[in-house]
Amino acid sequence: MSHVISVTVENKPGVLARVASMFARRDFNIHSLTVGPTEDPSRSRMTVVVDGPEMEQIVKQLYKLIHTIKVTEHKPGEAVEREIMLLRVNAEPSRRAEILEAANVFEAKAVDVGATTVTFEVVGEPSRLADFHEMMKTYGIASLVKSGRIALAKDSKSLTKKQRRTA
Amino acid sequence: MPEQLTGAEILLRSLELEGVDTVFGLPGGAILKAYDSLYDSPIRHVLVRHEQGGGHMASGYAHATGKVGVTFATSGPGATNLVTPLADAFMDSIPVVAITAQVASTSIGLDAFQEAHTWGISMPVTKHNTLVTETNEIAPAIHEAFHIAATGRPGPVLVDITKDALAGLAAFAGTKTIDLPGYKPSVKGHPRQVNAAIDLILQSERPVLYIGGGTIRAGASDEVTAFAELMHLPAVTTLMARGAIPDSHDLALGMPGMHGCYTASTAMQKADLLINVGARFDDRVTGDPEHFAPEAKIIHVDVDPAEIGKIRAVDVPIVGDARAVLSQLIDRATHKLDGQSAAKRSDWFTRIRAWQNDHPLAYDQDPAGPIQQQYVIEELHKATGGNAIVVAGVGQHQMWASQFWGFEKPNTWINSGGLGTMGYAVPAAVGAQAGMPDETVIGIDGDGCFQMTFQELITAAMEGIPVKIAVMNNANLGMVRQWQKLFYNDRFSATELSFTNPDIVMLAEAMGCAGLRAETPDEVTPTIEKALAINDRPVVMEFRCDPDAMVFPMIKAGGNNDVIYLSPEDLE
Repeated sequence: MSHVISVTVENKPGVLARVASMFARRDFNIHSLTVGPTEDPSRSRMTVVVDGPEMEQIVKQLYKLIHTIKVTEHKPGEAVEREIMLLRVNAEPSRRAEILEAANVFEAKAVDVGATTVTFEVVGEPSRLADFHEMMKTYGIASLVKSGRIALAKDSKSLTKKQRRTA
Repeated sequence: MPEQLTGAEILLRSLELEGVDTVFGLPGGAILKAYDSLYDSPIRHVLVRHEQGGGHMASGYAHATGKVGVTFATSGPGATNLVTPLADAFMDSIPVVAITAQVASTSIGLDAFQEAHTWGISMPVTKHNTLVTETNEIAPAIHEAFHIAATGRPGPVLVDITKDALAGLAAFAGTKTIDLPGYKPSVKGHPRQVNAAIDLILQSERPVLYIGGGTIRAGASDEVTAFAELMHLPAVTTLMARGAIPDSHDLALGMPGMHGCYTASTAMQKADLLINVGARFDDRVTGDPEHFAPEAKIIHVDVDPAEIGKIRAVDVPIVGDARAVLSQLIDRATHKLDGQSAAKRSDWFTRIRAWQNDHPLAYDQDPAGPIQQQYVIEELHKATGGNAIVVAGVGQHQMWASQFWGFEKPNTWINSGGLGTMGYAVPAAVGAQAGMPDETVIGIDGDGCFQMTFQELITAAMEGIPVKIAVMNNANLGMVRQWQKLFYNDRFSATELSFTNPDIVMLAEAMGCAGLRAETPDEVTPTIEKALAINDRPVVMEFRCDPDAMVFPMIKAGGNNDVIYLSPEDLE
């Protein structure tokens, strides 16, 4: 079972290395990790997707890092989660129309078209990316890259809280 | 307007403001500027022979004094030589600040002479570390380093300062502010948990107080002893907590674990409640955690929340400083008892007294046979009246010292517990003696350990630090040999050293120390008496010991603590 955590850290050089080193040393498995700026220039926020049962230890060990300010574990449905995927699919001219039509269902945007491939950009919930990925396998995937997940806890008075939006 | 100082001057002034009186180190190119400022500073510098020695000295100093130990090293190899002492201090939660110099900020990443990625190398072996590239960042970095090293769960902090930051100029007005928004260690325990802990203790029939090194670090010996007495709790002290409650105390059961006392380990196994104060369910204590203290509920007091639930699920977690929490526990218990005394639990104590009676620590010293290390340790204790700081290396001699010394006070037992660093004793003893010049400091070392770090006795002789080192020379890497004997069919692969090479007495004399030797049991006491009379230089006592002696009791690594071997025959 994967868990999604947000880690607010001081925006200092090397803070990513500290987090990565701690995960390696403690033998915790990272599924994806993203880091970037926040509303406060002195803070960065990491979204870490981790596998495994050691959530309590992971949170505690993150807090032990001096530059960690806050760790939040997002329960399913309690955060807005997004990921971006660039997917290049084999698309001979004869199948191109079919592929573009299929992509349309997922609101996938064609961002590069070559002689025999089309590259799509899909933004959305991880499940939607997974579904699109699955569908495109039929045509043969030339290459794929994912951003890793970002997450933001929903407003405590959120109207969409606990309602999982499906793709 | 505050005065303009060089980075090196700011470094030294900052250390003085932190109350540093002694620094253990060795200069080099990148750190030259700091050493130039040290020349004018009232801080004492102890010139070590190897940076590893400087790191362990800082640790020994911190252990003995309770203050932060400080070590200096230059860039590159100077800094990499600190890796072992930093890892050692990290495992044992010892407050140490390491100051290393780095190549100039303009050279970082260019593979400059004596460049190493010190920040990256030291990250997993420090509580925190930082690279300082600007002169005006030095003062706050030092202040924060001392704060982090000494508060919460103590530990080593490394500050790496570039050569150009040390040479640059900046204003200096002293630093009082700490800007660490993510670092707020808990001190007091949660009152609800404190209350729940007292309720559990009052209900329990077979409690054991499990005292760890955190109690020593928190300066909570008086409190833990008072709490044991108030609640009438039998108490075990882990390897890192020896002396937290006096060994002579009626409630003290000694050390538990792999080479612990039968009674200490067995009482934990049979307990219905363990009250862990500042210990971490280390594998040397628990053996296989699946079979450890199977009937016991757990109260766990620790300043580090990550220790709670790491190995063993806990019934009552209390995050806080051991001393503060023990005071809360005492207050709460006093209130609840309301003038009554706690249950005496006579059935439980009857069983404990029977174990103590049936399985005391024991050894035989044949007057005509080879010297037994336990005998040397007991004679050292007798000759000093136990009034000494004992520092051990790692191995058989360490276990026997812990078993047989009889510790009455905290901070009188210094050893490498978590990392198990061979070679720790000599430099740590030098550091302890530098911090406590009026105390007798006795290093108990093995011949294997001694040959790793004896060069720091040159430091001790040159600096007038009169440590006394007892080398238990059994011409072997004794603990490894013991395992080979017990578990590897007597195949003594690469454990044999030599009684005569090096000649330890000649070596001692060559290093400016007094060298003494005892080859037979009757020579032990006179040798100790001679050594204790020499105070103008370090003394090395060599005891030619029995290579076949083995440490018992013993629980197999990862084994079940119900199965305690008391002699080699038990293992057959």
